[in-house]
Amino acid sequence: MKIAVCIKRVPDSETRVKIGSDGKRLDEAGVKFVLNPYDEFAVEEALQRKEKAGSGEVAVMCLGPAAAAETIRTALAMGADRGVLLQTDAIPADGFVTAQALAAELQGGAWDLILFGKMAIDDYNQQVGPMVAELLGLPCVTAVAHLEIDGTKGIAEREIEGGVEVVEFPLPAVLTADKGLNEPRYPALKGIMAAKKKALEVKPVQLGPGGIEVLALTPPPERKEGKIVGEGAGAVAELVRLLREEAKVL
Amino acid sequence: MSATRLILAVCEHRDGTLRKISHEVVTGARRIGEAVEAVVCAAGPVQGADQLGRFGADTVVTLTNASFARYAPEGYAQAIAERAKAGGYSAVIFAASATGKDLAPRVAAKLGVGLAADCTDLAADGGAIVATRPVYAGKALLKVKVATTRAVLSLRPNVFTPVERPKAGTTETVAVSVPAGRVVVREVKAAEAGALDVAEAQIVISGGRGLKEPANFKVIEELARAFGGQAAVGASRAVVDAGWRAHADQVGQTGKTVSPTLYIAVGISGAIQHLAGMRTSKVIVAINKDKDAPIFKVADYGVVGDLFEVVPKLTEEIKKLHG
Repeated sequence: MKIAVCIKRVPDSETRVKIGSDGKRLDEAGVKFVLNPYDEFAVEEALQRKEKAGSGEVAVMCLGPAAAAETIRTALAMGADRGVLLQTDAIPADGFVTAQALAAELQGGAWDLILFGKMAIDDYNQQVGPMVAELLGLPCVTAVAHLEIDGTKGIAEREIEGGVEVVEFPLPAVLTADKGLNEPRYPALKGIMAAKKKALEVKPVQLGPGGIEVLALTPPPERKEGKIVGEGAGAVAELVRLLREEAKVL
Repeated sequence: MSATRLILAVCEHRDGTLRKISHEVVTGARRIGEAVEAVVCAAGPVQGADQLGRFGADTVVTLTNASFARYAPEGYAQAIAERAKAGGYSAVIFAASATGKDLAPRVAAKLGVGLAADCTDLAADGGAIVATRPVYAGKALLKVKVATTRAVLSLRPNVFTPVERPKAGTTETVAVSVPAGRVVVREVKAAEAGALDVAEAQIVISGGRGLKEPANFKVIEELARAFGGQAAVGASRAVVDAGWRAHADQVGQTGKTVSPTLYIAVGISGAIQHLAGMRTSKVIVAINKDKDAPIFKVADYGVVGDLFEVVPKLTEEIKKLHG
């Protein structure tokens, strides 16, 4: 099985967001960056599929700054075979531009599967996977929480409001991974050592601005100070009164 | 751009009945459009589609195909992209629902443009559209200018409160032909009867580690039931990671971001990634035994105490109201 996994370097979910001096992006000083959590499920799925098939390749693709080489090394330490960094200093706000760059790299690769996380936890764009599928003319299932593959036929389950969709698709295909798909492994020391010797190709890319321009990044509106209604079950009557008469939500 | 800003509002149905979130999509479209066409892909007539006029649709178009009884990702995307290309629409708007999140990027790619996803505010700015969208799970708001010929946008559920107007829209049915899809929804397994999705519910009651063990979630479920079918049960990352609750219930940066009218956090201390996922709720109530828990910093109303005493009492009071 030949599998490509597209990953992203993102600020850790515990990051406190500080706005940069240009008012348009995150101040990265002191921010810890990690492999996007949803991408971990994609990497794990690729590794398990390759292990099950007994042969094949797991290649990791990442669009990002030079420092994203670290993120690729994390995936290599988990067990991926090689990495490609499409190096750019500025990731565009327009997801279609990112999709075009990745699709150009993936084109002609004879992949059985191309995997993504269902979204990146920084920009919440949630679009690059299905866009790459459109650009490559491949079938696509997003937010996959359960997956079975038999030969060139796959069955995926994806969560919808109040239920689960059971979706059939043929391979090759593009899939985006949701939490619950698997339990991502932690890189072992042996894997971390091995990752240092694995191939990591760096390709500078020039990206157009796309059609979406960032005007401002601002903190969310502060919530007005709340109040402690009281202690214990005795405070419940007053809580209900406030919810009815003051907040008017009951 | 054309003299009149015309918006294509993509609506949804489930089993032939229009989903309520469609009212929000049409309302959002009205905010930036002078004329709104609502469109829904279906196998036949959609119950409730004719009501979209009241929420701002000038025309309601049902695109019909035998394969459209359930969500057909490729067929829907093609039918909507063709509609979008044919008319003089300046924007195509989706709900950022499970279907909309899957469909909108496909349509955007067919139109050769990016998607401004999960918007919480929209404004027209000359020929462009300015969209506000939460990023970093709501720890910051990103304001973007979408200057493509056709903007493709999706709207966060529960944010665009439907606005009614005393006007009816015209309706039209157009049969469309699309090639057989490669990706086919074979079955929809329904969740437990009456279970609401946390992303769409008006009331969300979430439990955390303070519940001590999975079986104790029944106190949360009982409170949810007391609201008479309006409330969904959510969970913190800690309890989802521990396997107490399904990932579908998780509220926070690696789960769902929610904006219900009322959010009740029970036994949740309020880690930053959880606060990010629920801080846009209209009213937040926190019940926690630790008076210094960070959750009280974002809560409008807090009750300090043992949740196993406070929550059953609250259930009792809510039952009286809904009695």
